[in-house]
This record gives sequence, structure tokens and C-alpha cells, in this order.
Amino acid sequence: MDIFYPIKLLADWLTPNVALNFFIYDAVKIMLLLLVINYFMAIIRYYLPVEKLRDFLASRKWYGVDYLLGSFFGTITPFCSCSSIPLFIGFLEAGIPLGVTLSFLITSPLVNQVAVVLFAGLFGWKITILYVMAAVLLGVVGGFILSKLKLEKYVADYVWQIKSQKNAIIDKKEPFVKLIKFFWIEGWSFTKKITPYVLLGIGVGALIHGYIPAGFFEKYITAENFFAVPIAAIVGVPMYANAVGVIPIMRSLVEKGVPLGTAMAFMMAVVGLSLPAALILKRVMKIKLLVYFFGITTINIIIIGYLFNAFVK
Amino acid sequence: MQIQVLGSGCPTCKKLFERTKQAVQGLGISAEVEYITDIQRIVEMGVMQMPVLAIDGKPILTGFVPDIEKIKSLLSAGKC
Repeated sequence: MDIFYPIKLLADWLTPNVALNFFIYDAVKIMLLLLVINYFMAIIRYYLPVEKLRDFLASRKWYGVDYLLGSFFGTITPFCSCSSIPLFIGFLEAGIPLGVTLSFLITSPLVNQVAVVLFAGLFGWKITILYVMAAVLLGVVGGFILSKLKLEKYVADYVWQIKSQKNAIIDKKEPFVKLIKFFWIEGWSFTKKITPYVLLGIGVGALIHGYIPAGFFEKYITAENFFAVPIAAIVGVPMYANAVGVIPIMRSLVEKGVPLGTAMAFMMAVVGLSLPAALILKRVMKIKLLVYFFGITTINIIIIGYLFNAFVK
Repeated sequence: MQIQVLGSGCPTCKKLFERTKQAVQGLGISAEVEYITDIQRIVEMGVMQMPVLAIDGKPILTGFVPDIEKIKSLLSAGKC
């Protein structure tokens, strides 16, 4: 039985309005899932801060496995675009190859615990796992290709000169009982912070669900239309939105007839690449590296879109 | 005591700066709160996640914005 059935009952009891009913059901379900997952992420973050992940990656030669590790670490690290510059420099400064650093940067905004919860809650586990695999693959392949292009000289020169002091964050050894509360506070404050964006996304998604006729988009965008995927990706590149806000909207679009791969290409382009991100990264990358970084990632996103359209029903 | 808040000028970082100033006022300690956005200085400190709260050049908190009470307790712990 669906464990969320009681929420459905609650929504049905509160309102018969399609959009509103849909909103209540999704919002309550997602908020509950978020509370749980943010608690666990607080634990992971406490024991595995990004500095530790970096030191692990820099600790030895990895013979290619590091692309996968870098990309995977990107999925468990909470990512704020304000941190991308210090992360970029910090990784390179620790001796991590440029390609691996880029693998991390590509995957990080695409997958985080909130995106996974939204995906699972709205699309089901199968699509979620495929999405996470696609995002990790995007990072691995993108980072690998970029490393083969030998772009190190297009990293801003000052980056190579920075030497950081090895400044371990003061280790806070606290009794476990205290930690349980600490994790709760951390998880809760994070949940609170993202709630408005989640609700906004679910709200727009609910409006689409309630007021746009079924199959509406099929007239314009079909999986057979060869150009739909590249257009969706390229239109999405300059735009910026958090994964959290885009996923519910994307679900409703898919429900109304947009092919999954096309919607996903759009979503990945919006979340993973953006004009603001380009402006931030320009401080550490020369224009050529930036163009390659965006270009190759976009091409890979388009390929992922085609693959989803072809194989995922 | 030198208190520093490091960030790249994003809203999250500014919030930590505001809260730290309030915490210092609330504690009644005479310390200057400095807001650092220079990327070079941030990386030199060895931290990678914004925002950062540091006392006398040592980071004591990275990656998130706690409430004022938490900042107060961190500051008073760092004092002695």
C-alpha cells in the first residue's frame, strides 16, 4: 500500500479543487520526506565535510577512478554557487587534477538530497536512480573529455599561485546525545531555508496540473521532433533556477505530454549551467576553458536527453 | 579578538555577517567584525564552503548560517 495514502485522504477531505488538492498532497508529502532526509544529510555532513573529501581525493593517484569519485562527492555535497570558486581553487590547490575538479563542479548542482527527494516523490524511484546515474555520468564523461583537452593553461593564473594554510576546522568532539539534537537543528534549519522554493515549485506544478489540458504539449513537442532536445537544452543554459524549484514544474510538464528526455535536458541545463554561474566561474577560468566547459556539458546534456527519450518510457 | 566573516557576497554570507554583528552586540564584547570577500584570502584560510566564521584567522564554522544563539556560544567559547 502507498504509505502516503493518509495524505491523499487529508487532501481529499480539505478540498475538491484539482490544483489545490494536488498542491496539498505534494507539499505535505515532500515536506515530510525533506525533514527525514535533511536529518540524515546533517549527519553525513558532520562526519564527511568537503575538506575531508578533498583530502581523500588528493591523497593518492587514482588512475581514472577519481572522475567517478569527484562526481560522486558532488552528489553528497550541498552546493551553493557562492562556494564554487573556493571549491574550485581549493581542489586544484590540493593537487586534484582539473578534469576531476570539473567532474565535481558539473555534478554538484544537479544532484543533492533535496533534488533526489523531489525526484523520488514525484517521479518514483526508477526514474530517480536513472537521473542520478545520468548526472554522475555527465560529470565523469565531461570531466574526462575536458582533461584530455589539456586546458590547465586556461585557468586564471593567480589560481595556481594561491597557497592555503592547512587549516583544519576545529574538531568538535561532542557526546552523541548532544549530536542527535544538533543534527536535528541543522536539518531543520536547512529544511526551513528551502521550503519557500519547494512550495513555489510545487505551486506552479499544481497550476499546470489543474489548468492545462492533458496532452497540451504533445502538439508542439514530441519525442520524434529531432530538434526539441537541443532547443530545450540551449534555451535552458543561460537560465538559472535551483533544482528544488524546477523538478515539480518539470513533472507537471511531463504529465501534460512533454517527453521525459526533453524535459530533463531542459532541467539539467537550467540547474547545471547558467549565466550567473558563468559570471562567477569567469573569475577563475579564462574564456576558452569556460566555453569548453559549457559547450561539452551542453552536448552531453543533449545526449542524455535523447537517451531518455529513446529508452525510458 | 578579531572576528571575520568570509563569503563571496551572496545573501547567505551577508546574513551570517549581520547575525554575527548582532551576536557581538548581544554579548557586549568589544570586537570588530570584518567582512571578507577577497577570494584569495578566503582560499588562503584553507576553507572551501561559504560562508565562514573565523576568529583570529581560524575558521570555526563553515558552510551554513546558524542562529544567533549558536554564534554567541561559539564566540564566547573562542574567547577563552
